[in-house]
Amino acid sequence: MNSHLLHVKELQTQFITDEGTVPAVDDVSFYVNPGEVLGIVGESGCGKSVTSLSVMGLVPSPPGKITGGEILFDGKDLTEASEKQMQKIRGNEIAMIFQEPMTSLNPVIKIGDQLIEGVRIHTDKSRKQAKEQAMDMLQKVGLSRVDELMSQYPHQLSGGMRQRVMIAMAFICEPKVLIADEPTTALDVTIQKQILNLMKQLNSEMHTAIILITHDLGVVAEMCDRVVVMYAGKIVEEATVKEIFNDPKHPYTKGLIQSVPDLRQRKDKLYSIPGNVPKPGQIKSGCVFAPRCAYAFETCGQEMPKLCSTEGSQQVRCWLYHEK
Amino acid sequence: MTETILEVTNLKKYFNHKHVVKAVDGVSFTLKKGETLGIVGESGCGKSTTGRMLMRLIDATEGSIVFQGKNLVDLSIKQMRAMRKDVQMIFQDPYASLNPRHTIERIIEEPMIVHKMGNKIERKERVRELLEIVGLSSDYAKRYPHQFSGGQRQRIGIARALAVRPKLIIADEPVSALDVSVQAQVLNLLDDLQKKFELTYLFIAHDLSVVRHISNRVAVMYLGRIVELANRDDLYDHPKHPYTKALLSSVPIPAPDFEKEETELKGDIPSPSNPPTGCPFHTRCPLVMEKCKTKVPQARQNSNGHYVVCHLYNDKEDMAI
Repeated sequence: MNSHLLHVKELQTQFITDEGTVPAVDDVSFYVNPGEVLGIVGESGCGKSVTSLSVMGLVPSPPGKITGGEILFDGKDLTEASEKQMQKIRGNEIAMIFQEPMTSLNPVIKIGDQLIEGVRIHTDKSRKQAKEQAMDMLQKVGLSRVDELMSQYPHQLSGGMRQRVMIAMAFICEPKVLIADEPTTALDVTIQKQILNLMKQLNSEMHTAIILITHDLGVVAEMCDRVVVMYAGKIVEEATVKEIFNDPKHPYTKGLIQSVPDLRQRKDKLYSIPGNVPKPGQIKSGCVFAPRCAYAFETCGQEMPKLCSTEGSQQVRCWLYHEK
Repeated sequence: MTETILEVTNLKKYFNHKHVVKAVDGVSFTLKKGETLGIVGESGCGKSTTGRMLMRLIDATEGSIVFQGKNLVDLSIKQMRAMRKDVQMIFQDPYASLNPRHTIERIIEEPMIVHKMGNKIERKERVRELLEIVGLSSDYAKRYPHQFSGGQRQRIGIARALAVRPKLIIADEPVSALDVSVQAQVLNLLDDLQKKFELTYLFIAHDLSVVRHISNRVAVMYLGRIVELANRDDLYDHPKHPYTKALLSSVPIPAPDFEKEETELKGDIPSPSNPPTGCPFHTRCPLVMEKCKTKVPQARQNSNGHYVVCHLYNDKEDMAI
């Protein structure tokens, strides 16, 4: 079997709270290969962001802790890497962009200096070389008047421009993996389109693998090759993007897709999943989706199903498919 | 026969800071009883400011808001307060719009106290009825907002709005803070309530798919102005304004096999404090002409009531293309 660029195996991340231990991420496994775009979708509290923070070694500890599993990157297990080793990997080999570009840029440092800092930490380039590289990168992400931009502060830019700067910063060291956590959620739809197109372009030019974390199924359909669907800290389905949308297996995936109003055609009544999204750890026994599932039967309330293969590469965690 | 319940004419809101910010710059539309008018647009287009002016939460700089024959702009604070019995609002953030220190019962009862409706026992009874109407158990009356999820809180906000039996509800991004699976529940609830109580909605949102689902007619705003307004299917299936077209083609469609026209709008939304001359959209318009840069286009309307403000249609009497 070929080894994957990034392979997360049976990851467990827990948070210790006043109400006990919360398993935010529970038995999560996925991989991504060079040039691939993997989507992680789910609603609030499903563990998608904690998964990405775990990979980056950025889970706030305490109260959080990776309690099990492996994160294999280029053959090394990141869960065992020291902070110093992680610093070499973060930004250099695995970069990350976040939802709100304003909070991830330093408001009192000029754009240029922030970019140059990144280059100089990870390479032995001179300041002048780093500056050239920074200006090249800003141009590459579609920003104009780069000279002026280098000496501006984040608050002087619009939301879309800030997200471009973030992307420039993430790509400047030519990482092998980019983790993008809701990168366009705070942006207007026409600006979102620009940013998604830019990410696609950089993905194909630089062959960077992208892990795209989002709640927006439209963004998934447009961007991803493969998709992992998470619910209450667990992966409930994994498949190619076509399989997920054309032949969803898990009742949650099906419900989620049907809940989205269609831009192209108005549906008479929207399908809606009854009940509310559970908090992590709220459901103690049985399948996490059982209380909201239209197909739930006795076993579902008692025991958590395992992730099983169905046809092709599709995997689903549901008792309906367990025997097949 | 459908009567017009609300008529907004040339509504403007200018904020005076260092520069004059023309947040809303001459907006006109009507609302018929029982219909839903959707207002879509990107951030800073003035859609929320428009909604707030209708409630008189902020005062208009110019223009009129005629609701059931009365111009709301002329009402005193006291008269306006009485008027809010008929016009209620649902807000975006179900966390910020409920007082965390009050029980659900008190939150929903309060508008009835303000408008002197019923006695204590009748009001408590009505609170229970309202909770059931919005799909919550009436046993929840004594609980506090923090004990509910986002979707449940939005239901509570809806129950509060319904408490005074309003005729018009202004909903400002009512589902944008909710998860997809819960968003569908709240949209269906709003639909059901409209039929049940003959409500009229002004539905303000940035999500074009949601607006298509809920609205009968849709207005598209850009930099403080309505650039296009039409019946729902006309607007979505046959958009005329280049901005509407670009907006629709920017929405990612949750269907990987769906092939759509790719148009990417260049550049950013200009600042409302320094809007472009001529047509406000000319700086980003893929079909920009010389006159767009200097001359403000006139509004044109065809026989279907499809309204568009764009130079492409200015020379045509009927803009069927």
